[in-house]
Amino acid sequence: MTLAGDLVAIGGLLALGPAALTLSRVRHLSSLIYGGVFLICLLLTGGALRGLLAGAAPEALTLPLGLPWLGAHFRIDALSGFFLAVVNFAAAAASFYALGYGRHEKAQSRILPFFPPFVAAMNLVVLADDAYVFLLSWELMSLASWALVMAHHREGDNARAGYVYILMATLGTFALLLAYGLLGGADGDLSFSGMRGHPPSAAVAGAVLALALIGAGSKAGLTPLHIWLPLAHPAAPSHISALMSGVMTKVAIYGFLRIVFDLLGPAAWWWGVPMMATGAATAVVGVLFALLHNDLKRVLAYSTIENIGVIFIALGLSLAFETNGQGTAAALAMTAALFHMLNHSLFKSLLFFGSGAVLTATDERDMGRLGGLLNAMPLSGLFMLVGAGAISALPPLNGFASEWLIFQAILLSPSLPSWTLKLEIPAVGALLALAAALAGACFVRLFGVSFLGRPRGEAARRAKEVDRFMLGAMGALAALCLVAGVLPGYVIDALSPIVHLLVGARMAPQTDLGWLAIAPVAESRSSYDGMLVFLFIASSALLAAAVIHRLASDATRIAPAWDCGFPDSNPATQYTPESFAQPIRRVFTGFVFRAREKVDMPAPGDPRPAHFGLSIQDLVWDFVYRPVTRGVQAGADRLNRLQFLTIRQYLSLVFGALVLLLLALAIWT
Amino acid sequence: MDRLYFDIAHLLAGGLVLTSFMLLYQDRLYALLNTYALQALVLALAVGWQAHIQHAAHLYITAAIAVIFKALVIPFALHRMVAQLGVHREVESVVSLVPTMLAGIALVALSMVVMLRVTEGADPLAREDLAFALSVILLGLLMMVTRSNAVSQVVGFMSLENGLILAAAAAKGMPLVVEISVAFSVLIALIVIGIFLFRIRERFDTVDLQALDDFRGERR
Repeated sequence: MTLAGDLVAIGGLLALGPAALTLSRVRHLSSLIYGGVFLICLLLTGGALRGLLAGAAPEALTLPLGLPWLGAHFRIDALSGFFLAVVNFAAAAASFYALGYGRHEKAQSRILPFFPPFVAAMNLVVLADDAYVFLLSWELMSLASWALVMAHHREGDNARAGYVYILMATLGTFALLLAYGLLGGADGDLSFSGMRGHPPSAAVAGAVLALALIGAGSKAGLTPLHIWLPLAHPAAPSHISALMSGVMTKVAIYGFLRIVFDLLGPAAWWWGVPMMATGAATAVVGVLFALLHNDLKRVLAYSTIENIGVIFIALGLSLAFETNGQGTAAALAMTAALFHMLNHSLFKSLLFFGSGAVLTATDERDMGRLGGLLNAMPLSGLFMLVGAGAISALPPLNGFASEWLIFQAILLSPSLPSWTLKLEIPAVGALLALAAALAGACFVRLFGVSFLGRPRGEAARRAKEVDRFMLGAMGALAALCLVAGVLPGYVIDALSPIVHLLVGARMAPQTDLGWLAIAPVAESRSSYDGMLVFLFIASSALLAAAVIHRLASDATRIAPAWDCGFPDSNPATQYTPESFAQPIRRVFTGFVFRAREKVDMPAPGDPRPAHFGLSIQDLVWDFVYRPVTRGVQAGADRLNRLQFLTIRQYLSLVFGALVLLLLALAIWT
Repeated sequence: MDRLYFDIAHLLAGGLVLTSFMLLYQDRLYALLNTYALQALVLALAVGWQAHIQHAAHLYITAAIAVIFKALVIPFALHRMVAQLGVHREVESVVSLVPTMLAGIALVALSMVVMLRVTEGADPLAREDLAFALSVILLGLLMMVTRSNAVSQVVGFMSLENGLILAAAAAKGMPLVVEISVAFSVLIALIVIGIFLFRIRERFDTVDLQALDDFRGERR
């Protein structure tokens, strides 16, 4: 599909929003809208994939919209094409899922008008070729997603989540606006081609990097700008959460890639240092908080933060290698980053869909009241298990393939000449390993507590399997997680044109190796064969199952004396989510969070019940945001006096400002 | 001959600055209005001279507007207003005269420094006129800031506008439409301010704006 076709399709998406408003009386409106979005997104995905695999040349188009002297520039190259495919595939899956999920939705009229424009805005961000279109689409994306977050604004903390989100989104857009202002240079050229032609000086480029980290980082969830994400993502309906977590964060990374790897010109060696440091901090902070919370969707949102950290580590590595002239290593890290983005969009969408299925079946998001869902919802449970395994980087699933590639890149760091990088990268690698291990624990906890064991509440006991649409969407994503994990070589080869575009080098073709193996550096050094691992795991598991059934099932069993440690059938005797996380909570408290446990144990003979209280405090709030809000408040109080001046004093202010500026002009020139 | 042209233009523009100082110095309302009329007359002469030098016929219209409206209609209207208001005819100032005059001298110096430096390489005639125009504008603003009498604030505003016209006449190529619209906007402003003056007087029996502040409970 050509760029013009893409834009027509996106225009169709944009039109579906107002259509949902005007047709609000039509029956089955939600099926119509979601069906429409599904078809359009499928078309766009197909077009983007075909362009990507065929190696289509970049294509540009200028529409006479927007600023009269600028027009609206659009362009599709390999990078845009990749993100277009990621965005639209996930959006198609989400709309298919919503065909089922949307039926249980009470606030239809507050979701349907915003969902198609949200998807369209993400598409436009990816296709934009000038700062004006980019920022406009970016802001549309923020506002549409904000409206979706606020769909259930009367529930719980959702209104506050929306407020924090819109503040952080404004900050991010503002930072990007400044970044583009700096990139535009003195003559204010807003088109990307103009920016590419005039790379800024080193100091300005550093400032642009910082602004891009703030602007794109606040949207993607880099710490300490991540605070809105665990509030806002769970507040939205589940298919929206999936899109926000799985795709919108990727669009933010696209913005970062476009600015830093494309528009900013040649990189300096130290750029990778702050990127890797924030990435590592983000990964660890994200996964630690994911371990502490009981709300299914909040855990997933925190885990998104972790994965964004992982991706930023890989991006920083790629820059570090590229600036030191190690092209293949840079290509390896960049491939890993893009691969992980793709994977995260798949399994994070899958997991959010799964949590939406749990929500539909039980009306409950608190893990502490779930349990035993696997019996009632076997298919959802299986898909959730695949997603959990993938995000915990278990072979043979896709999460393992991409994280393994990142570690391969980290292992290449001793060859770097700079001592800063030589010292930083192993530390980052250690933090990454910590985050990966904790992520495993986190998803064991999530899946184990909610799907295994026995139901902890009435809602979990009455759960039923969800409908075909939701299962279909989850099944497709789960299958893709497996396919991408088993055949990583094809994915890596498909990514190589994008990698070449970004870092000017590419990895050796992997599909030539045979046996479906991949060898990122050299075959003698390390290689991985997803298919082999998959076959081995499958065959050994089947064999073990067969052996156990054959040998154990026939034997006479007399039950129960002590009932395998389960003499008491009360579900409260099971591991709770809090108890599962307790060791980690105690080890890390005071480091990024403060956890206070309060035990209220009545004296012997006192009949009142004992109480255990747990409070968790995010230190980022205490050390970053409280001082900022206090400062703003104090400043506003001071400035408040300006509202009550007399006419003459206002005139004096204007006069004083004028004289001051003239003085500055007189002294400065 | 060129030298003479330049000197006369210089003299007239300088005369405008001088009348601005005279405006600053007045402490009686009627004298203030008369000085304003004088300034408008000087402005008309300066603009007319520019028209002669530049051979720009439309500047004669600007000069005519200056004479008719600024030197005759507006001062006359303000005279009548002050008479009808029946307030005492003294200008209440917030800052006393001597510091105001000193500040005025400093402002003229500042505008000279800024303008002469910024417009380096431009036509010397335009340079001088622009510098004087900026001085007139700043002095008008200074007058608005240091006087608390509403009438003298109006006069300050008008003299500020005179500075703008001088600048516009000096910079060649200002379209007539713009000048006429500026003149009319000033006229409208005068009407609006006049109505306000009467309203203020009705309520507070004075046109001293300090009374408004006192009424709001502000301290001096």
